Amino acid sequence: MPNGTVLTMRGICKQFPGVRALNNVDFTLRSGEIHALMGENGAGKSTLIKVLTGVYEKDAGSIRMDGIEGEANIHSPQDAQEIGIATVYQEITLCPNLTVAENMYIGRGKGLLVRQKDYEKKAEEILRSLGIPARPRQQLASCSLAVQQMVAIARAVDMKCKVLILDEPTSSLDEKEVQMLFSLMRDLKSRGVGIIFVTHFLEQVYEVCDRITVLRNGELVGEYVIEQLPQVQLVARMMGKELSELNSMNEFGRKPMGSEEITYEAEQISSSECRPFDFRIRKGEVNGFTGLLGSGRSESVRAIFGADKVTGGRVKVNGKSVRITRPIEAMKNGIGYLPEDRKRDGIIADLSVRENIILALQVMKGFFRPLSRAEAEKFADEYIAALNIKTASKDTPIGSLSGGNQQKVILARWLLTHPDYLILDEPTRGIDVGTKLEIQKLVLKLAEENVSVTFISSEIEEMLRTCSRLIVMRDRRIVGELTGDDLNQNQVMKTIAGGEAS
Amino acid sequence: MTREAGKRKGGVGQLLIPLIAIALLVIFNLIRDPSFFSIETKTNNTGNTVLAGNLISIINGASELAILAMGMTLVTAACGGQDISVGAAAAIAGSVFVRIIRGAAPVTGGTVIGAFLACCAVAMLFGSFNGMLVAVFRIQPMIATLILYTCGRSIAYWINGGATPTIDSPITGAIGSFIPGIPVPTPVIIVAVMALLFSLTFRFTTLGLYTQAVGINESSARLNGINVTLIKLVSFIILGICVSVAGSIGVCRLGLINHETLLIDIEMDTILAVAIGGNSLGGGKFKISGSILGAYVIQMLTITLYAMKVSSTDVKAYKAIVIILLVVIGSPVVKRWFTKVIGNMRNARKIRGAAKEGV
Amino acid sequence: MKKLLALVLALTMCLSMAALAHADDLIKVGVVNNPPSESGYRAANVADFEKVFSAENGYEMSPYYSLKNDEQLTAAQGFITDGVDVLLISAAETTGWDEVLTAAKEAGIKVYLFDRMIDVPEDLYEAAVVSDMAKEGETAVNWLLEQGLEEYNVIHIQGAMGSDAQIGRTGALDAQFEAGTMKKVAQQTATWDEAEAKKIVESVINSGEKFNVIYAENDGMAKGAVAALDEAGITHGVNGDVIIMGFDCNKWALKELKAGNWNYDGQCSPFQAQIISDLIKSGETPAEKKIINAEKGFDAKTITDEDIATYGLGED
Repeated sequence: MPNGTVLTMRGICKQFPGVRALNNVDFTLRSGEIHALMGENGAGKSTLIKVLTGVYEKDAGSIRMDGIEGEANIHSPQDAQEIGIATVYQEITLCPNLTVAENMYIGRGKGLLVRQKDYEKKAEEILRSLGIPARPRQQLASCSLAVQQMVAIARAVDMKCKVLILDEPTSSLDEKEVQMLFSLMRDLKSRGVGIIFVTHFLEQVYEVCDRITVLRNGELVGEYVIEQLPQVQLVARMMGKELSELNSMNEFGRKPMGSEEITYEAEQISSSECRPFDFRIRKGEVNGFTGLLGSGRSESVRAIFGADKVTGGRVKVNGKSVRITRPIEAMKNGIGYLPEDRKRDGIIADLSVRENIILALQVMKGFFRPLSRAEAEKFADEYIAALNIKTASKDTPIGSLSGGNQQKVILARWLLTHPDYLILDEPTRGIDVGTKLEIQKLVLKLAEENVSVTFISSEIEEMLRTCSRLIVMRDRRIVGELTGDDLNQNQVMKTIAGGEAS
Repeated sequence: MTREAGKRKGGVGQLLIPLIAIALLVIFNLIRDPSFFSIETKTNNTGNTVLAGNLISIINGASELAILAMGMTLVTAACGGQDISVGAAAAIAGSVFVRIIRGAAPVTGGTVIGAFLACCAVAMLFGSFNGMLVAVFRIQPMIATLILYTCGRSIAYWINGGATPTIDSPITGAIGSFIPGIPVPTPVIIVAVMALLFSLTFRFTTLGLYTQAVGINESSARLNGINVTLIKLVSFIILGICVSVAGSIGVCRLGLINHETLLIDIEMDTILAVAIGGNSLGGGKFKISGSILGAYVIQMLTITLYAMKVSSTDVKAYKAIVIILLVVIGSPVVKRWFTKVIGNMRNARKIRGAAKEGV
Repeated sequence: MKKLLALVLALTMCLSMAALAHADDLIKVGVVNNPPSESGYRAANVADFEKVFSAENGYEMSPYYSLKNDEQLTAAQGFITDGVDVLLISAAETTGWDEVLTAAKEAGIKVYLFDRMIDVPEDLYEAAVVSDMAKEGETAVNWLLEQGLEEYNVIHIQGAMGSDAQIGRTGALDAQFEAGTMKKVAQQTATWDEAEAKKIVESVINSGEKFNVIYAENDGMAKGAVAALDEAGITHGVNGDVIIMGFDCNKWALKELKAGNWNYDGQCSPFQAQIISDLIKSGETPAEKKIINAEKGFDAKTITDEDIATYGLGED
């Protein structure tokens, strides 16, 4: 092992039923460096981390640690801990009702004779040396989230860890807390700890990291020194497109620009989850929200539909001022919303395909006007045929359908309400290629029928193919709006990465 | 295969356990005593010709339980939890009923209806209190209803000043036993009316669909415009109506109210009836008919044990044994095992069939 | 905490009593009893004491009601401190009263026990006016034997096991069971509960065993038993198949008797006040300290409306 290297992973493979999660991935961590592990959802970051920490067993490959002869045997999280790999997860995995000191030493006593005073004294020393603003006898729950996270890190440090994994540590911290965490990370780095930093905040990567390893679709894209990989390039690598290649990509089909009439218009709309923004969409127009995961694109459309608590803004639908704070109000104003998380927010798993299809229409009709069984069956048959939904029968529980067919049922549910404005958040995620294309075609067809559509997808090509206008978001803010010739991957990447959006 | 699975879920599949239980009890009793289910007509003290026999005892005795189980099914489906205060709430409702009837000089049909409406209103009020805690404050149903469970019988005590006041009126007597000229016990007729009201409600409103949607996936239901809080609240209010009906029947049966013992421990039997009926106690899909059958299973078990000369104090212990069996048979683990065995048998048959065709 | 509360209550009570200017010619009576809400019996008992120990009859009565013995003790102590002339006690428990009654004796306060006995030496009280539960049972069983039935198949529904009333009312019937003159079809406790009594009778009906007498140790349980018979279409009472017997003489129960739905109701008199008042006024100490309150049994065939008005407890 070369000098200064604490961890090398070579040729790591991990297979899940039907998915190749990791394919021949290499990863190298040097002592005293902060190393970002980047990739979009499903790229294999978390699988790699779980292999390293012993949650999953690798199918092939080798892991070597500094100071250990031969391959490191990691079969359980305990194994990983013993050889000096510590993990701090996004959700705190400590016990909030114990004290800070107890949390740092819980489950680590060599015997029953650990004295409270002793470990409180030791905890005090470590906390002070790391500059963590917590007292050993304080109850953990009384500390802020950031401090709790730092206590978790302190616990890891005290266990003499050589590799510290921070999995999305900053996602629930505010700016000041992030800075506190970063200074702690730099301090640890100076002590020679190797830190693996998983995050989706690009700025933070460039602020604190030394190196970046990019994964995509379970494969290694490359390892880069931070100075040699500009932000635009990083985005391109994560999305798997070289800039030149992006430029030359063909766009096909007529993109619906819509008419002059405005279907939906919002001024300074905001919700508990997103900052105020302006937005409008024309009749028959297809637009998109883009940005990396966590950029606030889903939160924005949720605000439009009233899915989160709406905190302000003025909304007009077809020129008339309306109040939309709850989903039912949005629905009555002709807005439909296919949510991002199909399982959590979309399907009602135990109910039949028929019931899932008619649900939204039924709610709009009202409590005392149930659809007759015959009507419901007619609608179900109609849409099962129209969208080519593959199901054993209309009485089959939706939960037993494949992802793509589930998504079509949810689409059918909203099409049945004949919306003027349909919001589709990630309608193509996790479904097969054929269905993806069908859904894109359907969007274009709807636009021809004068329905306004907002289309969100992690796959930029899909959006470029269907949208005539792209709203780009970063860190929960709209950072650009692209139309016409600007609608190419290059420009999208630049805008996402914080380049000069015109 | 999928088609069949779907059909089974929507069809009688859920009712399999209570139906099997009833069939077993029927067979067991017929072997033990072929005349067990014989019904005779008798003339009782008030000069009514009435039907009597074990079967009548079963159907009649399960009335309060069946009515409460209907309401409990809805609460369970919508909230994924149970109301353990139904017994205490019934004591309150019954106390209000008695108080108003005793306040009237001549007890007329109007008085009884008025008393029932008042006790219904009170029960709905307490139901909405429980519902508020569960739907708005998101407290676990069992914890939320623990409050009323604990204090309900004390409240009932205040309403009538503690003693066990009696009501003596031919009308309430008829509600508790028989209406002159009708040989079927009145509580049985009331159960039928309640079941009819429930089925009409499901027919002419979307309550069933909404309740299941909320119970299965609250977040989805909300994003489809369903007022989740309201649906949960409504389920508790409907249970309140059931509580007032059950409480009134209980009072009319004895002709007095004992706030300490009216429908005591019935909450556990009610929850059990829901469970035996094949409904998931975690909420979601439900079948009211299953819960009603569940109530009859429990009562049938009780009467069977009585018939075997088990004393009423010992019945609980024997009941527990049978119920453990029923619940274990209905558990997901055993169900999965059964499905596997049946699946294997089917496959074996298919392979054999295919082999024959091949020949 | 509860003791403290009771003490505070008792003190307040004493203070307020002291503050009341009262005529010296009234006899000050402190009454320690169970709350009227306990039962119909108790409600009648409390009403009786309020009626007899009134200002017109020359008394100034201060009552204290509790189901808890320690609270009762504290209250009695308060009455002694306040200097009442007479102390009347129906104790929640039979034990723990020595000290208080000794203090009363030293203070020259006359103590009368009513309704329930207390475990103290006889010299600590003037007299005890109580019911003889065993006698009640005997009266009832003798009545039953007089009916001259061909066979006696009895469902015996007992009160709370171990209570004075249960032990007394069970004794006489048990003797018949042992002697073989009557057959015990079922003997179970329903702990005074109507619904449980109904269940017991239902269980017997469903078991198919024959019975022709239901002996319930209070009125409520008899009512529960009758409800079970009505549901099963079995006749009862005068001219009925099953003889119904109850105890306590609630007014509603006597009405059932009069209507012929029941056959017998044994009295358990709550009316001890007049006897005590007579003792106080005469100033005599009775030769036998334990005075048994005379109690009757009523037969459906002979009961009159006057009986109901005189002996019936409760409102209706």
